[in-house]
Amino acid sequence: MCLAIPARITRIDESGQGTASYIGSEVKVNLSLVPQAKRGDWVIIHAGFAISVMNAREARETLRLFKELAAASRDERA
Amino acid sequence: MTKISLELGSGGRLMREFIAGKIVASFGEPLLGELGDAVHLPGGIAFTTDSYVVDPIVFPGGDIGRLAVNGTVNDLVVSGAEPRFLSLALILEEGLDADLLDRVLRSVRAAARTAGVRVVTGDTKVVRRGQGDKIYINTAGLGRSIAHPRLSKVRRGDKVILTGTLGDHSLAVMLARGDYGLRSSVRSDCAPLLFLLPLWRTGALWMRDVTRGGLATVLFELAERLPHPLLIEEDRIPLSRPVRAASGLLGIDPLYMACEGKAVVIAPKARAGAFLRRLRGHPLGRQAAVIGEVQDEVGHPGELLLRTTAGGLRLLEPLTSELLPRIC
Amino acid sequence: MKELRDPAALRRLLGEIEGQVRGIGRAPRLMEVCGTHTMALFKSGLTPLLARAGVEMVSGPGCPVCITPNGIHEAAIAVLTGIENLTLAAFGDMTRVPTRKGSLQTAIPARGSRLRIVYSPEEALDEARRAPDRPVVFFGAGFETTIPAIAYTVRRAAEERLRNYAVLPALWLVPPALRAVLEGGKVAVDGFIYPGHVSAVIGVEPYEFVAREFGVPGAVAGFEPGDILLAVRSILDQMAEGKPRVALEYSRAIGRDGNAVARALMAEIFEPYDASWRGLGKIPGSGLRFRAAFAGFDAGPRFGLETAGPDRDLDGCRCGEVLRGVIRPEGCRLFGKKCLPDSPLGPCMVSYEGACLIHFKYGTERRARV
Repeated sequence: MCLAIPARITRIDESGQGTASYIGSEVKVNLSLVPQAKRGDWVIIHAGFAISVMNAREARETLRLFKELAAASRDERA
Repeated sequence: MTKISLELGSGGRLMREFIAGKIVASFGEPLLGELGDAVHLPGGIAFTTDSYVVDPIVFPGGDIGRLAVNGTVNDLVVSGAEPRFLSLALILEEGLDADLLDRVLRSVRAAARTAGVRVVTGDTKVVRRGQGDKIYINTAGLGRSIAHPRLSKVRRGDKVILTGTLGDHSLAVMLARGDYGLRSSVRSDCAPLLFLLPLWRTGALWMRDVTRGGLATVLFELAERLPHPLLIEEDRIPLSRPVRAASGLLGIDPLYMACEGKAVVIAPKARAGAFLRRLRGHPLGRQAAVIGEVQDEVGHPGELLLRTTAGGLRLLEPLTSELLPRIC
Repeated sequence: MKELRDPAALRRLLGEIEGQVRGIGRAPRLMEVCGTHTMALFKSGLTPLLARAGVEMVSGPGCPVCITPNGIHEAAIAVLTGIENLTLAAFGDMTRVPTRKGSLQTAIPARGSRLRIVYSPEEALDEARRAPDRPVVFFGAGFETTIPAIAYTVRRAAEERLRNYAVLPALWLVPPALRAVLEGGKVAVDGFIYPGHVSAVIGVEPYEFVAREFGVPGAVAGFEPGDILLAVRSILDQMAEGKPRVALEYSRAIGRDGNAVARALMAEIFEPYDASWRGLGKIPGSGLRFRAAFAGFDAGPRFGLETAGPDRDLDGCRCGEVLRGVIRPEGCRLFGKKCLPDSPLGPCMVSYEGACLIHFKYGTERRARV
């Protein structure tokens, strides 16, 4: 029901209008729903609105988990 | 009473059925029934025609004039013909800015020169304001036949080569309309595919330019005519960063996005490496890749399958309707 | 996050899941509530891999395009075809739903009117700002993920006194629909994969009743193949331990509390009512409508629209049962024969998230030998 992507905020102008970067493209993003968001934060964008600020620590944790899973899988095969 | 809807022109199944059921059936002409991108006539002449409608008229990387030349040139090239002559028919909307028309004509001239074709006949009509949208162009092209596609020679193990990234034209036009709050460096890939002509002389079995309907539609139509299923690999398909971004953001599948300067080539297994080297040696083919093959390991005859990055298999269908961004 | 698509990591997870299924001793049946999950499962080719590991996935009612009743789609068509010099803005998915009056795509607009596809509700608001004399109606459809953005446009329009802006609401809440699915009793589901982006707004608590009252496990998941497998693994763990709960397997993107700012904005503009869903019928507190203070922005009364007509599916269409997970798309006699992506008879064959379209486009089970 809800296609959304993670993107990094690159600019916030005086009116609160944001710009985010996603795979090198610039996306206009409305930040009204995440007043705590700062430049450099990663946000989840749905229909032009940031609905959530991402948690960098949890993201690193997920990456670490998947690298371990992949390594374990390759060991299994070896 | 049935009315014609936009859906009919979207390049999907409805359009294919319309062409087979209404157009081809009305004429009983065997040459028409071949439904190639161009037709080979007696005397070594190849012939094709195409109409061009695009909004906006000018977009990053090209305009309707450049499109109208390269589209027709490419239809000849992938049919095994060397493009020689073009016709140019313009349908102009009353009130059109004359500067815009000049720009388009300059583009036609430049593109024709690049592609080595001569514009030798034409026509101009003006319609009332609102009865057209700025400029429509039709071009017909004549070329010299140098080879015929040989689908019956396609064997298991033969390779599917894609000459470059997918979807850049489609995205460039979409973003040029200024919609969706998305900006990127994307440019249309609109270009002549003349560099494919030498492949015909060294054993290419089949080619098709990847336009409306995208890669999935082109390869699906091929798979239907082959005795073995086609399998392509998602992680071998080259995509530009802007197309990756738009596909994630707007939920549009690059496999269905149009290009104007890319083709798929079926290469005999033994020639695939040489083809790839030759293609990559040309500036327009630097990102060419073997993306799949004719095989018998998975699927049934007539099917087009995609092995996904995640390692799963997915059946691909032809485009069924216009690409619309989705939020859901 | 290409790591979450790494076939090696996914193989490992699938192996673990297969082991869990052996331990449980039967094939679990899980419902992915959200249509974007259905899409991700099929697009990545994960569905057949999960089936081989012993897990059957069924699609839930998580597609706003599909569950919006015909009456509202027909009202949108009536706006576009019946009112001159107006813009009807809509998300792309909403424009292809077939009704007895055709679809927004096939409808011929009234003189001077046009259909505009938008990605963000703010594009509709911008159009109203640009031409204050021209009415703009936004066909505002969505779940909790999208509703705050729609509410935002209404509040801005009120602040800026944009009298030419209105919303035709089709706003749905997920937790009441889950209750309806569970109380309907026809679907035996061993666990739920909860929608990650709805949860970004509502948090985790609203699903707790599923574990508490119905004893059914669940996990909130993201949308990469790896995210979905983590959620499956968590649900099977809960089954094995006999301790159902709501696990959060998407903590990089959302917190357990969701987004309070977004919820407050929804509550400021809209209020819950007993809404009718296609296929599910009337569900208590499952829809949102305008509060009295903002009723002036409701396109329904402003243009005298009839939206509450009976839920009329086209003859033979079993979308309702597909949406409840009672039958699979292949169980409908029209599927893939009379009902095709380019000549759809029901909304599940229209929406990019619709279970029927997804099964048709990506369903390797339909024909392929894999």
